[in-house]
Amino acid sequence: MSIAQTFAKAKAENRSVLVGCMPAGFPTVEHSIEQMIAMHEAGCDVIEVELPYSDPVMDGPVIQKASDIALANGVRTRDTLKIIEAVASAGATVVLMTYWNPVEKYGVDAFARDLAAAGATGMITPDLIPDEAAEWIAASDAHRIDRTFLVAPSSTDERIAMTLENCRGFVYATALMGVTGARKAVSSQAPELVARIRSIDPEMPVGVGLGVGNGRQAAEVAAFSDGVIVGSALIRSVLEAPDRATGLRDLRALSAELAEGVRDR
Amino acid sequence: MSAETLPDLAGHFGRFGGRFVPEALIKALDELEAAYRSAKRDPEFQARFQDLLLNYAAVPSLLYRATRLSEALGAEILLKREDLNHTGAHKVRNVLGQALLAKRMGKPRVIAETGAGQHGVASATAAALLDLECVVYMGETDTQRQALNVARMRMLGATVIPVTNGSRTLKDALNEALRDWVSTVDTTHYLLGTAAGPHPFPELVRDFVGGIGVEARAQCLEQLGRLPDAVAACVGGGSNAIGIFHAFVPDESVRLYGFEAGGDGMETGRHAASITGGSVGVLHGNRTYLLQDDDGQTIESHSISAGLDYPGVGPEHAWLHDTGRAVYEPVTDAEAMAAFQLLCRTEGIIPAIESSHALAGAAKIAPRLREELGRTPTIVVNLSGRGDKDVHTAGAYFGLLDQVETVVPGENT
Ligand SMILES: Cc1ncc(COP(=O)(O)O)c(C=O)c1O
Repeated sequence: MSIAQTFAKAKAENRSVLVGCMPAGFPTVEHSIEQMIAMHEAGCDVIEVELPYSDPVMDGPVIQKASDIALANGVRTRDTLKIIEAVASAGATVVLMTYWNPVEKYGVDAFARDLAAAGATGMITPDLIPDEAAEWIAASDAHRIDRTFLVAPSSTDERIAMTLENCRGFVYATALMGVTGARKAVSSQAPELVARIRSIDPEMPVGVGLGVGNGRQAAEVAAFSDGVIVGSALIRSVLEAPDRATGLRDLRALSAELAEGVRDR
Repeated sequence: MSAETLPDLAGHFGRFGGRFVPEALIKALDELEAAYRSAKRDPEFQARFQDLLLNYAAVPSLLYRATRLSEALGAEILLKREDLNHTGAHKVRNVLGQALLAKRMGKPRVIAETGAGQHGVASATAAALLDLECVVYMGETDTQRQALNVARMRMLGATVIPVTNGSRTLKDALNEALRDWVSTVDTTHYLLGTAAGPHPFPELVRDFVGGIGVEARAQCLEQLGRLPDAVAACVGGGSNAIGIFHAFVPDESVRLYGFEAGGDGMETGRHAASITGGSVGVLHGNRTYLLQDDDGQTIESHSISAGLDYPGVGPEHAWLHDTGRAVYEPVTDAEAMAAFQLLCRTEGIIPAIESSHALAGAAKIAPRLREELGRTPTIVVNLSGRGDKDVHTAGAYFGLLDQVETVVPGENT
């Protein structure tokens, strides 16, 4: 399913989309594929594959730790593309989240081409703002990859409007000022930001990320957003498990709980 | 394009620079840029900055004719004595400028990243002077290697936070400072330590340290009645080098040389030479040259000098390299340490190991320039800092430390 179809279907069902994030190659290539398919089966509508990067400034300690493990185990950009292919052919809607330098190093147009060939439908760029994205916009148009840029509570209305004009698929609203990582309470800045986005473009689906850790918080965020993005909490269930079977079981259980949450708004 | 008008409005030096950061930081960078533009035009701000430089930091620094070193190198060597500044390096200029800017923006807290601790100490100094809260991020590996500087920062009232992510060195401290800033921008100024990072930092830091070159140029005209043939500086992130280069860029007869840390030697892959041994990419908010693998993952740098041990470089240097206006070359640990010793023995000046790279570079270019010009060349070397902080490293390198721990207690009494 395309991103647009995924959001349209959820809207018809009067619920939010659940986006589950997992670094590629964490802890190994095979295991990360298994985890992503488990997340898909347990109710994640979109699998957000994160390309592990040495200097992930937007990410908190959990995602960085998982990325470091993946890199230490030798994951390469081409492995990430293989992982996407495996997860997409299992029927999941896949988007990639990546810092910009690995894309630039690969070659921007070649990357968009190979990403599309692997079956990803979109790409989230946490450290690329539209102002610097001319080459990416051209490549993603040429290869039909949806573009998700970020907006933040500190973004001016002008910047939100400019960013929305350059997004396709959905926009990523960072719910609070900070990096990724599960938090105890959902920020009050989030609903205000979503309202500002909607007043500028009522059509663009809004995914809200940063801080959701359980079904109750997913329901809270689902109440005012089109998509709930969860990363650190899912990764932690694998990271902190005593063994692999427990990790996979906890990952499925949390995915299912979150999937219920996005339907309970 | 001319160097005096760069960067452009979006912070680009040709294809370099710009802003590659999360959207959450854009407002803070815009605010910083606006505050800087207005401060630049404000005579009161400029007067306060100049007053602090003059009466607190002991700037302008001397331009010293190093006669015995000149003899040894076969060139007329003039040393820009930034080592005599308060806190012992050029960095005091940048921290005073930025701390004043933080005050002006009404931000009570500053954060900084540091490798060896030099920028951390300078930041803690400026924060103490201007009554700002100061938090310094430092890789855990570095806090252990540089325990004295950690103590210095604490004496000055700063909080030092050891960073345990990634390689636990400078680049990870920088990542952590950026993360802090994303969640504290309302109250916090990020006091970045070099002329790199997202726009407007490369421009702003260049301007705050730009006095080095303005002074050196005027001092040359006064002392020699002419400009030098070459200016040499070491390049880590690039602040002391851009600080001394900038005023000379329009003087086409003056050759500009930046010396990067060649570590164990370029052929070993263990170095910190981003321009001469790296490739173009994006790191820490700007497009520049950096050390990276085939996948665009940052490669850890290596240098005996902690202040040069960084896998990136400021975007203006990348641009000066591409245009050919400045020439960048690597200097190995061994070459730098030989120059370190030479300056100690000929001039009675113990230089920072960073600055020793510039001295070693001057030694390399002296015979070339002599041949090219057919006379003794005049070279201004930016002596960016003093070597007190490096006594342990250099002492160990040259085998000058008594093996205190092998002395059996009581045996000497
Ligand atoms: C004395 C001295 N020189 C040079 C440097 C390198 O930094 P930059 O390239 O920004 O001047 C440092 C950094 O710590 C330093 O302490």
